[in-house]
Amino acid sequence: MNWVAIGVTLKLAMLTSLILVVIGLPLAYWLSFSRWRWKFLAESVVALPLVLPPTVLGFYILVAIGPRSLFGQFYTTLVGHPLPFTFEGLLLASVLYSFPFAVQPFAAAFEQVDRRLIEASWTLGVSRWTTFFKLIVPMSTAGIVTGAVLSFAHTLGEFGVVLMVGGNIEGVTRTVSIDIYDEVQALNYAGAAKTALFLLVVSYGVLLGVYAMNRKVWAVWPQK
Amino acid sequence: MAAEVTVDIAKAFPGRLTVRASFRMACGLPEVLVLFGPSGSGKTTILRCLAGLEWPDQGSIRFGDDVWVDTALGVSRPPQARQLGYMSQDYALFPTYSVSGNIAYGLGALSECERQQRINDMVMLLQLQGTEDARPAQLSGGQQQRVALARVLARRPRLLLLDEPLSALDLPTRSKLRGELRSLLKQLAIPSIVVTHDWEEALALGDRMVVLREGRVLQEGTPQQVFNRPLDAEVAKIVGIETVMPGRIVEAAQGLVTVEVANQKLVAIGSEEVGPDVFVCIRAEDILLETVLIGTTSARNRLAGTVREVQPMGALVRVGIDCGFSLSAMVTRSAVADLHLSPGASVVAAIKAGAVHLVPRHNNA
Repeated sequence: MNWVAIGVTLKLAMLTSLILVVIGLPLAYWLSFSRWRWKFLAESVVALPLVLPPTVLGFYILVAIGPRSLFGQFYTTLVGHPLPFTFEGLLLASVLYSFPFAVQPFAAAFEQVDRRLIEASWTLGVSRWTTFFKLIVPMSTAGIVTGAVLSFAHTLGEFGVVLMVGGNIEGVTRTVSIDIYDEVQALNYAGAAKTALFLLVVSYGVLLGVYAMNRKVWAVWPQK
Repeated sequence: MAAEVTVDIAKAFPGRLTVRASFRMACGLPEVLVLFGPSGSGKTTILRCLAGLEWPDQGSIRFGDDVWVDTALGVSRPPQARQLGYMSQDYALFPTYSVSGNIAYGLGALSECERQQRINDMVMLLQLQGTEDARPAQLSGGQQQRVALARVLARRPRLLLLDEPLSALDLPTRSKLRGELRSLLKQLAIPSIVVTHDWEEALALGDRMVVLREGRVLQEGTPQQVFNRPLDAEVAKIVGIETVMPGRIVEAAQGLVTVEVANQKLVAIGSEEVGPDVFVCIRAEDILLETVLIGTTSARNRLAGTVREVQPMGALVRVGIDCGFSLSAMVTRSAVADLHLSPGASVVAAIKAGAVHLVPRHNNA
C-alpha cells in the first residue's frame, strides 16, 4: 500500500472540504436567498462539474492557470513558480471539481429554513450576519455536514482532474486513485487491490457516518 | 410619549391587488388599533411594511419623528433599526432554541445578568414557569403564543405588531386567550396594531379599527361605531355583525346568562367567565320580526319596539328598530310588505338565546 499517496489524498480531501465550507456557505446563502433574476446563470455554473467530464474540466483549469494565462503569469510573479503540477494547483482544481457537491447540499439546507423564522430574527433586532450564525447555520447542520463529507469523499476518488492538473508526482500530486492506476499499469494487481480496498473502506465508512447521523432524506439537490 | 404612527403607502401586486392605505395612530394613550378585513384585503401587507419586511412602492411610514420608510426621500430603514415587536401568525418560534433561548434571542446587547432578569420577568408575566427548558414543539398552542409574545416583549418594543395573534389556536383556547391578550395589552401600555379577520377579536382587542377591502381603507372608528354604523353596505358585509351594544351580566345559571342592555334583559348562551362587562352582538339575519305578541315561541328574547328606518339592501331590507337600544334586523321585501313595516310602526323582535353573542368588554376609562 502506498502510504505517501494516501497521505497526499487525505490532506487534499480535507483541505478541499475546508475551503468549500468557507467559500461555499456564503455562496449557498446567496443562491438560496437572492432574488436576482439572473441567478440561474450562477446556479448552472455551480452545477457544471456534475456533468462535465473530469478531463474537460481539468483541461480548462490547466489552461486557465497555465503560464500563458493572465492568472498564471500573475501567480508566477507572485509566488515564483507556476501553479500547474503543484499541490496548490491540484487543490484549486479539486475545489472547483467538488463545488456542486458542497454548495448544493448547503443551499438545499438553507432553503429548508422557514423564511418566517429569519424574518422573526430580523424584527428581533438581530442583524443578517448574526442571524446566519445564530439561526440559519444551526438549523442547517445536517446539510452542511452532508456537503462537507460529500466533497471530501468526492475528492478522495477524483482521477481525471488530478491527472490533467496535478500530474503524477510522488508525495506531491500522486493521489490514491492515480497510484491504483499506476499499479494496474505495472500489472501489480496485489498492490492495487490493497489500496483500492482501503479507499473503498474509507469512503464507505464516511458515508455510513453521515447517513447514521442524518437519518433523513439526502438532499443533494436544492428542493424548490 | 406623544408620538404618532402615520402610514401612507401604496404597493402593487401586479394582476392581483394594489394596496393603498393611509391612516394614523396616536400613541399618546397607548391604544390598540385593529386592521380588519377579509383575506386578500392587504392588511398583512400593511403590517409587514410597518415591520420592515416588505417595502411599499410609494409613500411613507413614520413613527413619531423617525422616518421608517419614505420613497420620496429614499429612506428605508431595516427591521433591525425599528425597535418594534412583530409576531407572525404562526409565531415563528426558533425550533433550535429552548423557551428561554427564544426569549433571550433578541437580547444580545444586554449583559448576562440583565438578560437573565428579562427572561425571568417575561416568564413571570406570561406564566411560562416550568417550561423554560422545553423546546417549542413540546408546547401547546396557547403556550407557544405566550412564548412568542414573551420573545417580542423582552426587547421592550416601541410598537407591537400582531398578525392574527389567535388564529393558530383551536376555538376554545382562542376565546379564552382573547380576554387574556386584551388584559395584557392594556397592562403593557404599548401601542399595538393587530391584524384580524375575526370580528370577535376586533371587538375584544381593539380601541380603534380600520376596515380594509381590496387594499383600500373603507372605514375607521371605534369597533362599536364601525359595527353599529357601517359606512355602507360593503363595510356591513365585511364586518358581518350589525348590532353591538355594551351590556352587563346580571345572572348566570345552567349555561344561560341574563344580560342587561339599556334597561332590557336578554337571555344568551354562555357563562359568567366572559363578564361581567360584555358586548352583546346580534346578527341582523338572526332577528325575527312579528307585529303582535303571539303566544309562546322558542325564542327566549322578545323585545317590543318601534321601527325607526327601513332601508332596502338588495334582496333584503334592513329594518332599524328602537327597543330601548337600537337593533338592526334583516328581512325580505315581502316580509316588509306583509308586516306593514314603516317608520313609526310597532314591532316585536324575537331573538333566540343562541343568536345573542357575548364578547368580553373591558372598561377603558
